[in-house]
Amino acid sequence: MTTGGKIGAPILEIDEVSLAFGGVVALQGVSFNVREHEIRAIIGPNGAGKSSMLNVINGIYHPQQGAVTFKGSKRRDVDPHQAAEQGIARTFQNIALFRGMSVLDNLMAGRTLKMKCNFLQQAIYWGKARREELAHRAKVEEIIDFLEIQHIRKTPVGRLPYGLQKRVELGRALAAEPVLLLLDEPMAGMNLEEKQDMSRFILEVNDQLGTTIVLIEHDMSVVMDLSDRVVVLDYGRKIADGTPDEVRSNKDVIDAYLGVAH
Amino acid sequence: MEESPDTFPRLLLHQAKARPGRPAFREKDLGIWQTWSWAQVADEVRSLACGLAAQGFQRGDRLAVIGDNRPRLYWAMMAAQVLGGVPVPLYQDAVAAEMVFVLQDADVGFAVVEDQEQVDKLLEVLPQCPRLKQICFDDPRGLRHYTRPELMSLDDLQATGLEFARRKPGFFAEEIEKGRATDVAVILYTSGTTGNPKGVSQTHAAMIQTARVLVAFDGFAEKDDILCYLPMAWVGDFLYSYAQMHIAGFCLNCPESPATVMTDLREIGPTYYFGPPRVYENILTQVMIRIEDASWIKRRMFHTFMGVAKRVGMKILEGKPDVSLADRLLYRLGEILVYGPLKNVLGMSRLRVAYTGGEAIGPDLFDFYRSIGINLKQLYGMTETCVTVCMHPSGDVRLETVGPPMPGVEVRIAESGEVLVRSPGVMKEYYRQPDATREAIDAEGFFHTGDAGYFDAGGHLKIIDRAKDVGKLADGTLFAPKYLENKLKFFPYIKEAVCFGHGRDKVCVFVNFDMEAVANWAEKRNLAYTGYTDLAAQPAVYALVRECVEKVNRDLAADAALGNSQIHRFLILQKELDADDGELTRTRKVRRRHIGEKYAVLVDALYSDRTSCFIETQMRFEDGRTGTVSADLRIMEAKTFSVAAARDAA
Repeated sequence: MTTGGKIGAPILEIDEVSLAFGGVVALQGVSFNVREHEIRAIIGPNGAGKSSMLNVINGIYHPQQGAVTFKGSKRRDVDPHQAAEQGIARTFQNIALFRGMSVLDNLMAGRTLKMKCNFLQQAIYWGKARREELAHRAKVEEIIDFLEIQHIRKTPVGRLPYGLQKRVELGRALAAEPVLLLLDEPMAGMNLEEKQDMSRFILEVNDQLGTTIVLIEHDMSVVMDLSDRVVVLDYGRKIADGTPDEVRSNKDVIDAYLGVAH
Repeated sequence: MEESPDTFPRLLLHQAKARPGRPAFREKDLGIWQTWSWAQVADEVRSLACGLAAQGFQRGDRLAVIGDNRPRLYWAMMAAQVLGGVPVPLYQDAVAAEMVFVLQDADVGFAVVEDQEQVDKLLEVLPQCPRLKQICFDDPRGLRHYTRPELMSLDDLQATGLEFARRKPGFFAEEIEKGRATDVAVILYTSGTTGNPKGVSQTHAAMIQTARVLVAFDGFAEKDDILCYLPMAWVGDFLYSYAQMHIAGFCLNCPESPATVMTDLREIGPTYYFGPPRVYENILTQVMIRIEDASWIKRRMFHTFMGVAKRVGMKILEGKPDVSLADRLLYRLGEILVYGPLKNVLGMSRLRVAYTGGEAIGPDLFDFYRSIGINLKQLYGMTETCVTVCMHPSGDVRLETVGPPMPGVEVRIAESGEVLVRSPGVMKEYYRQPDATREAIDAEGFFHTGDAGYFDAGGHLKIIDRAKDVGKLADGTLFAPKYLENKLKFFPYIKEAVCFGHGRDKVCVFVNFDMEAVANWAEKRNLAYTGYTDLAAQPAVYALVRECVEKVNRDLAADAALGNSQIHRFLILQKELDADDGELTRTRKVRRRHIGEKYAVLVDALYSDRTSCFIETQMRFEDGRTGTVSADLRIMEAKTFSVAAARDAA
């Protein structure tokens, strides 16, 4: 596997992005950037626009104003599959896996974009198609080893406990060999041990594979431990941006979280 | 004829020459079984040995080996032996503080470990082990940012070794030439039911002679396969995997991870298998749970044919003539429909011989495996005797015994009832403990096992308990706690039991139920629960355990000698006994005295007439933190049976 690197130049720039659904404003002129190889957290109270922000980044929502610059090219309207082709992968707040399929098949599905053979070649499964599948399987096995899920390789995802499903979903995202990984509440609903495991995997993905990570998380101790920089949203606006320590002592952030007397 | 090789390194060279292309090791890596032939293994060991020598490993040095069963860890043991050093395998799940004792006692200078987890543990205790100067790791994952000078990857060590071998091409062979059969081949630390563990020094000669006897006994050859999944620090793994492969030239298969053992077992289909009773028990429990969840057709089929197997299966296995043709045909049909597929799922289709030992095995368990055609046998032995004292020969297997003494082994029963053993496999010494050695081995060379037992009419040895644990009730009745505990543990719902009674007027017992089995039982009855502690407090669970206790009492009443040691009162502990809390040994044997002291309040309550008792205990989590569990425990009476009445009924 490749090795991680030092935090570098910005790889993703969010510039004055605004998003509204009819009269409901989800994001208002939000700007921030994500540097190569860093772990960037987006936090904020419920309804602050965190998931909307992720959806803008990977092209599910198209902002009315502002621009997203990824790897130097400015874009406005991309579709999720184009974002995926550019190297953006994600996990979802509510697990999005094929429940009836095995862990292995789910991870193989994560490599769809990398498969070059057409339907017919794959159906015949000979020559190029066979070689290609073996190569993909080898890559998937590396991920299985990396996430320590050998024992559930052939288990249908629906039969797994929640914490493991989350881990499989991370694996499915990693299978696309992303440059930028978006994690939407990777630790929601987990117990302490599962959170520790997941934190370790996130750090290792960042450290060993060099993947840039943007994550949304509610557990403050996790966010503060994991991330290099944190951006805080509240009611669709950015209220703070900086290292965990800076954010922690920011007055607006404290007010947004603890409430303030008006 | 050429003299037969008398040290492990010479055996390795012999195998590499005799069967260079045959598989010696397999390991599942990235989903694919990788194979190393004997010739390749010899090369790997050469580079490891030269690497260690280049790093300053001297003849006689000790090499700690810590980790799950990985080929390179076995090779590291071979490499240490090549250099005239002594491998000291440690239990990989021990916490760092427990490792300190062994590292200091064996004066370990070098360690070869599996991964980051073990490296972290060693770095933690490094200040207490100043002699430890080199730690080599197999799996570099997570260790990229470690800069300690003591650390080195095995890849680097082997590269250094290759360089060293280029400069001194004759070194490897010369070092092997220097080895003597009387050198110590390995130091194995006994788990120690009391006090600190003791290092058992076994020589090449003892291990090799014992392994030769074993290989001949069951006719092992190069085509056999074994899955090594038991801790490397345990004598059984060293003897059955490591020593026997050197003699027979068969292949050692390393599981992908501890969690995948069942899958790996099925894929490899070993021909030879060893496990303590609890492994067989876990397998059976899982089978029964899955059968209970299966469709009614499958369930009916399973139970019908298991009935047939129970009736005639063991007779057919033992080749007895008194089986009717109809039964033989039914059994054959059962083999196609039930036993065959079942054995296939369990990875036991190719199994020729399976052994169990270390503890007594339940009759239901033993009969289950034998009745479906698995040649399960018992053996008896300990680290100090290279295990091999008694074994069941195929065709003469009796549940209640451990078999007759092996060839070359003399067994004598002392007047106190203690079993004494003299054999080529008796250890050289307890490492650096001459007093303990003198105590264990008498002037005639007999090793005092500390077990109480006797020979039955057929010449088989029967072990009843630890000699020092066999006690007497206040009225003089024989009290064999382990015998009672085992009887209780034979019920699938009971995982552990701890009996008290020596010097008392009656027998009382602590019980741990089997979480998996009871949880399943509770779900079937729609009993809501949050975890072990909650279940342990439920009246329905108490009633379930009481049923088991009363069945044991009924059995005991029929036995004149033990009839008065029936169980009067019991309680269910609020937490599971755990090795991390010092309640079990690392091989999961109950430390009865320690438990008696730790839970003295509960013992007192058992012997009073109270019906409940409050207890608060510390427990240690896997990451080393501690927490407390408290509960108000119920104490329940069990029905006892009159000995005379039971005898009249019988």
